[in-house]
Amino acid sequence: MIATIMKTVLMVNILLVVIAYITWAERKILGRMQIRHGPMRVGWHGLLQPIADGVKLATKELIVPTGADSLLFLIAPVITLVFALVPFAVIPFAGAPVWQITDVNIGLLFILAASSLGMYGIVIGGWSSNSKYSLMGALRSVAQMISYEVPLILALIGPVMLSGSFSMSKMVAAQEQAGYWFIFLQPLAFVVFLISGVAETNRVPFDMVEAEGELVCGFHTEYSGMAFSVFFLAEYANMILISAIATLCFLGGWQRPFPTVGFLSFLDVVPEIVWFSLKIGFFLFLYIWLRATLPRIRYDQLMYLGWKMLLPVVLLNIFLVGLFKFYSIPLLIYYLITFFTTVGCVAWCSKHFYE
Amino acid sequence: MPDSREVTLNFGPQHPATHGVLRLVLVLDGEYVKDTKLYYGYLHRGMEKLAESRTYDQIIPMVDRLDYLAAMSNGLGYVLAVEKMMDLEIPPRAQYLRILATEMSRIASHLLWLAAFAIDLGAITPIMYCFREREILMDIFEEVSGARLTYNYMRIGGVKADFSEKALTSIREFVKIFPGKMKDYETLLNTNPVFVARTKNVGIISARDAVNFGLSGPCLRGSGVKFDLRKNEPYAGYENFSFDVPTGAIGDVYDRYLVRMEEMRQSNRILEQALDKLPAGEILTSDPRVYRPPKDHALDNVESLIQYCYIAMEGIRVPAGECYTRIEAPKGELGFYIVSDGSAKPYRMYIRPPSFINLDIVPKLAEGRLVADLVSILGSIDIVLGEVDK
Repeated sequence: MIATIMKTVLMVNILLVVIAYITWAERKILGRMQIRHGPMRVGWHGLLQPIADGVKLATKELIVPTGADSLLFLIAPVITLVFALVPFAVIPFAGAPVWQITDVNIGLLFILAASSLGMYGIVIGGWSSNSKYSLMGALRSVAQMISYEVPLILALIGPVMLSGSFSMSKMVAAQEQAGYWFIFLQPLAFVVFLISGVAETNRVPFDMVEAEGELVCGFHTEYSGMAFSVFFLAEYANMILISAIATLCFLGGWQRPFPTVGFLSFLDVVPEIVWFSLKIGFFLFLYIWLRATLPRIRYDQLMYLGWKMLLPVVLLNIFLVGLFKFYSIPLLIYYLITFFTTVGCVAWCSKHFYE
Repeated sequence: MPDSREVTLNFGPQHPATHGVLRLVLVLDGEYVKDTKLYYGYLHRGMEKLAESRTYDQIIPMVDRLDYLAAMSNGLGYVLAVEKMMDLEIPPRAQYLRILATEMSRIASHLLWLAAFAIDLGAITPIMYCFREREILMDIFEEVSGARLTYNYMRIGGVKADFSEKALTSIREFVKIFPGKMKDYETLLNTNPVFVARTKNVGIISARDAVNFGLSGPCLRGSGVKFDLRKNEPYAGYENFSFDVPTGAIGDVYDRYLVRMEEMRQSNRILEQALDKLPAGEILTSDPRVYRPPKDHALDNVESLIQYCYIAMEGIRVPAGECYTRIEAPKGELGFYIVSDGSAKPYRMYIRPPSFINLDIVPKLAEGRLVADLVSILGSIDIVLGEVDK
């Protein structure tokens, strides 16, 4: 009991610090991609910038607009942040129960349920602001959610079918046992999960909820001070969460690369938590890279993408995994099948996306 | 009782996508635009009226404030009108310097358009690349005119100052590196699926509409109408240069984007040729009606002193009459209509700002589209509020 509470407190604090430094890393990486330096003034290479930002945001005035429903207005960011942090309770950061707050046997379902609730924060925040831009942001978030949540969840069905469990640590155990990571068996699901994961976190190119050029700032147009930064904390916590799920379900969690290759066993010196963090870091880098590269998609296009492209593709993946499980197809042949279907699907989707 | 399905949204005057102080009042059904009303005038300075109380020389710095992103073109358009009325001969070197300056201005303007357009669509990186190259141009302008935005460089009868060797070297370098830099922007955008999805088949202007709405510049050429004043009615010596006039196929946002990108390449070609053929000689005409002797001459020589004081105090007298000249500014056809009563101040000056007239088609294009499309349409028109509001 005490241990669990301590772990929880520790984890929330670590997470918040990590989030602060992800914002720093994002600014640095974006800067590097955009031929500039990023923060340089506060501390060595701007390393103290997140702290300065935190102090600034915490001391700023929180303005509640006239006509806004102040209770809902203030509660909305809290809802978003809470439901962004709650799923971490069942995420194992490395092997052995020490690295996990609690191992629930429906872990994945719990994560999905909790993280979907976070959308309420955005909807309520946008709605209670008494601003049309915020309201439009909130409405967009609903349209967005129903179109990506379905493929997102169906993409995770594949790993669940292969591991036979919803528990996050069993998922990794299954990959350890099988000797291969699930990404190799279902690259389709992985790609779909990545795309809908970006939509889940409202990041570029799916940031229509904020859409600076269209809706000023979308659902948080009217927020200021700490309430504003709480929304951001939640956004980054969600990024880590999606990266963690992708790592656990597709990239073998905390295993080293090529876990079955014997002569790479010297890599085992590196602690499991480091492998796990590196994999998460890779996904976070991907997020930032996307942000530097892509414009914003239109929201009807996202719905088109979600329903007419990702959904059929992910259903195909479930079908393939089913075949694999049921007929025990030899691994090599199955690799080939998935490889060609993935290439085919990606080609088909990119060709038909413009129309 | 208004229809409860409709929302009226005030889009601007403070909004990230309206490029200044343009205000649109949208009637939305969900996110579909049903009606757009444009409200101008937040930046109105009454330039046409102000011109009536200024001498012809004093108007030059003022017209820089029209399209402040391509101030060289404004200056050129205005002095060409005055020169036409006075029937002035311009020394060849001044002609070439004017072309160098306006074509650099065109590249700078298109670069800023590209940066802002990409930002409107949510791509945050192109702006950094565009500003990197625009900065080189700004430095060149600063070197030749002393200012970075409003240059006051054109003079009636020539230009203010010669390009220094340093400026010419920088231009040569710029001309060399620029095509490579264009590739940077194009790899980021041209085949980017999200960018293409946001711009293809959005805001289609048919050639007929383009002509009927009086569009000009890249908006007209994007619709496939091959009309460029530099080719069709050459002015300021453009007939000596070889360059292509790019046109679009169907007139959507993507076509206008491609046209502007190609125009930058063509402007670069013009710069190249101008640098190669740059003649030596005077940069200001010696016509006594506009000639202002150098200060040291004026202090030594009484005729020069009289001439100097005459031009400085009386101003340039333009023969009575009226004239309209138009040039191909980066945004389209920039026209100046001047009526003179023979005095040193225009009796009336009318400005035809291209983006003001191009903007009129926005409500038609936006109707029935999403707000996101409205933003990309507005971006593709390329407006500058200094010019729209005059």
